[in-house]
Amino acid sequence: MEPARIEMLESKIPSGPIERKWEKARFDMKLVNPANRRKHRIIIVGSGLAGASAAASLGQQGYNVDCFSFHDSPRRAHSIAAQGGINAAKNYRNDGDSIFRLFYDTVKGGDFRAREANVYRLAQISVNIIDQCVAQGVPFAREYGGLLDTRSFGGVQVSRTFYARGQTGQQLLLGAYQALEEQVAAGSVKMHSRSEMLDLVLVNGRARGIITRDLVSGAIESHAADVVVLATGGYGNVFYLSTNAKGSNATAIWRAHRRGALFGNPCFTQIHPTCIPVSNENQSKLTLMSESLRNDGRVWVPKKKGDNRAPAGIPEDERDYYLERRYPSFGNLVPRDVASRNAKEVCDEGRGVGPGGQGVYLDFADAIGRLGEAQVREKYGNLFDMYEEITGENAYKVPMRIFPAVHYTMGGLWVDYQLMSTLPGLFVAGEANFSDHGANRLGASALMQGLADGYFILPYTLPNYIASNTLEKVDTSHPAFAEVKDEVAKRVARMVNVRGKRTVDSIHKELGRMMWENCGMARTEAGLRSNLAGIPALREEFWHNVNIIGSGEELNQSLEKAGRVADFLELGELICLDALQRAESCGGHFRVESQTPDGEALRDDERFSYASAWEWKGDGGQWELQKEPLAFEHVHLAQRSYK
Amino acid sequence: MNLTLKIWRQQNAKAPGGFATYQVQDVTPDMSFLEMLDLLNENLQAKGEPPVAFEHDCREGICGSCGFLINGVAHGGRRGTTVCQLSMRFFKDGDCLTLEPWRARAFPVLRDLAVDRSPFDRIIQAGGFITAPTGGAPDANAILVPKDAAETAFDAAACIGCGACVAACPNAAAMLFTAAKVTHLNALPQGQPQRDRRTLGMVAAMTEELFGSCTNHGECEAVCPKKIPIEFIGKMNRDLICATLHHRGE
Amino acid sequence: MTESAERQHRAVASNRVMALWSSVIGKKVVMAVTGAVLILFVVSHVVGNLKIFSGPEEINAYSRFLREVGWPELGYGQLLWIVRIVLLSCAFLHITAAVQLTLMNRQARPVGYDAKKDVETTWGALTMRWGGLLLAVFIVFHLLHFTGGVVGFQAGQFEDLRVYQNVVAGFSVWPIALFYIVAMGALCLHLDHGIWSMLQTLGWATAQNSKSLRKFSRIFAILIFAGFISVPISVLAGWVR
Ligand SMILES: Cc1cc2nc3c(=O)[nH]c(=O)nc-3n(C[C@H](O)[C@H](O)[C@H](O)COP(=O)(O)OP(=O)(O)OC[C@H]3O[C@@H](n4cnc5c(N)ncnc54)[C@H](O)[C@@H]3O)c2cc1C
Ligand code: HEM
Ligand code: HEM
Ligand code: SF4
Ligand code: F3S
Ligand code: FES
Repeated sequence: MEPARIEMLESKIPSGPIERKWEKARFDMKLVNPANRRKHRIIIVGSGLAGASAAASLGQQGYNVDCFSFHDSPRRAHSIAAQGGINAAKNYRNDGDSIFRLFYDTVKGGDFRAREANVYRLAQISVNIIDQCVAQGVPFAREYGGLLDTRSFGGVQVSRTFYARGQTGQQLLLGAYQALEEQVAAGSVKMHSRSEMLDLVLVNGRARGIITRDLVSGAIESHAADVVVLATGGYGNVFYLSTNAKGSNATAIWRAHRRGALFGNPCFTQIHPTCIPVSNENQSKLTLMSESLRNDGRVWVPKKKGDNRAPAGIPEDERDYYLERRYPSFGNLVPRDVASRNAKEVCDEGRGVGPGGQGVYLDFADAIGRLGEAQVREKYGNLFDMYEEITGENAYKVPMRIFPAVHYTMGGLWVDYQLMSTLPGLFVAGEANFSDHGANRLGASALMQGLADGYFILPYTLPNYIASNTLEKVDTSHPAFAEVKDEVAKRVARMVNVRGKRTVDSIHKELGRMMWENCGMARTEAGLRSNLAGIPALREEFWHNVNIIGSGEELNQSLEKAGRVADFLELGELICLDALQRAESCGGHFRVESQTPDGEALRDDERFSYASAWEWKGDGGQWELQKEPLAFEHVHLAQRSYK
Repeated sequence: MNLTLKIWRQQNAKAPGGFATYQVQDVTPDMSFLEMLDLLNENLQAKGEPPVAFEHDCREGICGSCGFLINGVAHGGRRGTTVCQLSMRFFKDGDCLTLEPWRARAFPVLRDLAVDRSPFDRIIQAGGFITAPTGGAPDANAILVPKDAAETAFDAAACIGCGACVAACPNAAAMLFTAAKVTHLNALPQGQPQRDRRTLGMVAAMTEELFGSCTNHGECEAVCPKKIPIEFIGKMNRDLICATLHHRGE
Repeated sequence: MTESAERQHRAVASNRVMALWSSVIGKKVVMAVTGAVLILFVVSHVVGNLKIFSGPEEINAYSRFLREVGWPELGYGQLLWIVRIVLLSCAFLHITAAVQLTLMNRQARPVGYDAKKDVETTWGALTMRWGGLLLAVFIVFHLLHFTGGVVGFQAGQFEDLRVYQNVVAGFSVWPIALFYIVAMGALCLHLDHGIWSMLQTLGWATAQNSKSLRKFSRIFAILIFAGFISVPISVLAGWVR
């Protein structure tokens, strides 16, 4: 088993200087003759930025693509919700940006837990992404001269973030969606909407297809292909309350994990500092206020504990602009993990504001004084409106109240430089893979990564896989499909037939509470251990007491949720296991046991300079940890400092 | 507060549907409308009744999944908001609300308040794109886009494809949705080469999907969560006339 | 080729005019253009009618003029016939499009709402179809009445070219006068929405001007209305006899 495992975790990083690695890799790749491309079927699960861009690009190349989404239209993927912007090392501002700086910032921002070669490639490709999107008609913000406008974004000191008002993700996704629909019209891509992947099918150890459930008819269906791509987004909803969409889930990658794909850095989750605080018991999701607000808003809390005067009534000298105080050089623009942790600390000190003291002020008074309300409105109008719709407060008059919330998952299926998982023929793109952000993602770099994977990496690495392996013909008549299909059907039936007392949501909320309490912004060994006992118990509760009304042969939203929660109940345990194992603090992962005297995250590079990759070893919480050692040759290991 | 809800229930596209009336207790003003429905569904399931099916995902007004009529108005009648953003602040104790799905021949009901909006995707397929094969693009700043063109394009591109315009239109027309996409792409320099083809194709698709025609009622604009103005419909008509006159067939 | 690709191809390749007519928007444009012609006629017609207040000679002469105009190039009544043909074809196209679109729109929503609330639309917009229908009926009756003289007159009462006397005689039958006034109400509503609608349809409305266009449309409609009903009213009131 030993050698197999080494072989398993081969990251396949090309040799040579880092600037040339991607070029070399591309040159070494085998190509598929255009005449043969139609013969190759590619399954892409997910039609967000990563999935749609891959499907469109591979369709253009002439492959036979089947694209799946549980949404009713590709345009609804959660990429649509991205507000702030997308990074690219264009250096249009001539402010000292460069590919190397974007690379450097990303590795450092990720707190040295990402693979250098991947990040460098990402920085290189970032430049082409903007070109591609503009050509598609994405209406990025413009200067009066007609050139592209940019702004600076959390954690960096250059202005490299391209944006389309506060709806960058929407516009980028629409661009990819339109390219995808063009291929659908051309007949090269078949779009399967409202069908959810429930399992992965392996034939002779290779990923050769998937099993889906038609969410309208409930029909369980098999689909075969030469390659399978998962671009199914993040799993932040394991915390129940997050900025993710209600439907965002881990099912696709989790099912693949159970079939043998290793899961990378599961505990690396990002808590976003600027979200609207929880307001009520029945809260179903948390709304993000784009981080770009931190460019002009100033974060503060009262100096006194439990000071419940109205913000206006608190004089300047009784306010604590704690980020500006503690981090003079970055001030309000420190990376997300730092900003979030500080917010938690001041609230734990009892200086939080708003109902329940779970919030801090984000104040625009100075910005409005400096720029005038009109310009502030032009920049952030839609965000202020959104805030007012939800809270009923006018942020032009009173400061916003914000609090951190689960936002993004850096972890995901482990992939090599080619974006292939440990299962041959299974590729993973976008937020679903563990790749480029290490222990913390910088703002505006997930859109970049999703599109890099979809437009510019998979279209090379997929054909290379197809060309360099002899893939025997396989269709859904192969016994492997019947077998897995049967398992899926049984699992659905079992879930429906529990007929217990508790609703899916109530169980999901309980899981979420456990995760947030003990595996959220600050993690302790004791807390994690209690989760490792609590989650399996809750899982038992689910399988014996969940109540799903109706059958599997109809549109049944409770059943959809149940399937996803069942997987979260397993993933949650793995997250805690990984968090326990990583007895250091890095990026979004803060182990209370490991901090500097002044309370900053303290890495332990001797022991933990690796990416963890977990292998599923069967039901009941059995996993085996493997490690991909990380080497830092270009960005020198250093304690991050934003002071 | 306590509310009375009269909701359209229909098991599937073929089954006949009808209204059912429910009471919801202890609704708080800081809930969103959909959270209020979540509450209703928790109670229904506790009683062993099937929960009300309604579409939703982002719950922040951007994905376009949600949408139904509240007392006859799509998305509930607050200008520029989707139901998922609609706060219960705007309702009062004792209110009686009627919830109905989008109604249009092109949008068959799938279940309860959920309808099939796939015709929108097919309208996009008929020309709602700019052909730009991956990799071939020139430097982003090689294409200058005047700020106002970019602004118009954005105003139009803000459409979230929710379908409220169709639902509210007395003629069940998809004009506002189609006009929004046509305007977005036709306003940009990148969109010019395919301008005529796009306009002709999308309008033809709209006709074939059996949407109605526009008689300038303006209901669509009034309920559009992204405030897409009906002037874009006029723009599209213009573009269609021009396209028809220019186009040399082939 | 896929269905939608074909669809796009068909729309592009087929004959231009037919392509326009075959699309919902094309029909609408036809309505707007023909509507515009009809409006031009109505305007000139109302102006002509007002001559009645300057006495029998004036308007009877005008009526004669309508037939002799263009002489010697055109023979007696030829120009009038040209105008009539244009008007007829416009009315025909206008109505055909109206009927076809109305049917399409009916089919577009087979299952209606239990409680639909309109928030923006106007009375005028909602009555376009019934109002239009009434107008159609009116026009037919009107032609038989003042042009043919076959209805609404006692034998020998109607004399060609003696417009003044015909109108006075015609409107002294109060139910007929009343019907005219009601029909003019319909026309007024039709134009109140119609004129603005036409401008919007043809893409002249912008975010800035659309408010004023709506106002213009209303004022215009009311003027036409006033102009037309002034005649039957004055006859009933006995100012014109
Ligand atoms: C509120 C918010 C704001 C953000 N803002 C920014 C920002 O400003 N800048 C930035 O760079 N990043 C931002 N991000 C992060 C970024 O938007 C996401 O990481 C990125 O869009 C993920 O794209 P994706 O294609 O990987 O996944 P998604 O866009 O989530 O797409 C997932 C797709 O997979 C499908 N799918 C999932 N599971 C299944 C299944 N089992 N079967 C079938 N289909 C399935 C879904 O239908 C969907 O089509 C933000 C995220 C959030 C939540
Ligand atoms: C109170 C209102 C109206 C009055 C008093 C009126 C009066 C007349 C008269 C007297 C004639 C005959 C003129 C002649 O033979 O020289 C006439 C003709 C005609 N009117 Fe009117 N009319 C009225 C309204 C309308 C309206 C609203 C329309 C159309 C929408 C209309 C359409 C016509 C047409 C088409 C003719 C025939 C012209 C021709 O071809 O000779 N009328 N009208
Ligand atoms: C003769 C019978 C008529 C019928 C059945 C009819 C019917 C209609 C209908 C159904 C509409 C569509 C409503 C809309 O698109 O807004 C319409 C529009 C219109 N009608 Fe008529 N109408 C008739 C006569 C007239 C007359 C006599 C005039 C002018 C005096 C006229 C002028 C218009 C105009 C300007 C429009 C607006 C066109 C547009 O919006 O593009 N119509 N008509
Ligand atoms: S135009 Fe407005 S109402 Fe219509 S789909 Fe787009 S966003 Fe929804
Ligand atoms: S409501 Fe309908 S009639 Fe036209 S203006 Fe809007 S599409
Ligand atoms: S749920 Fe996404 S717009 Fe309402």
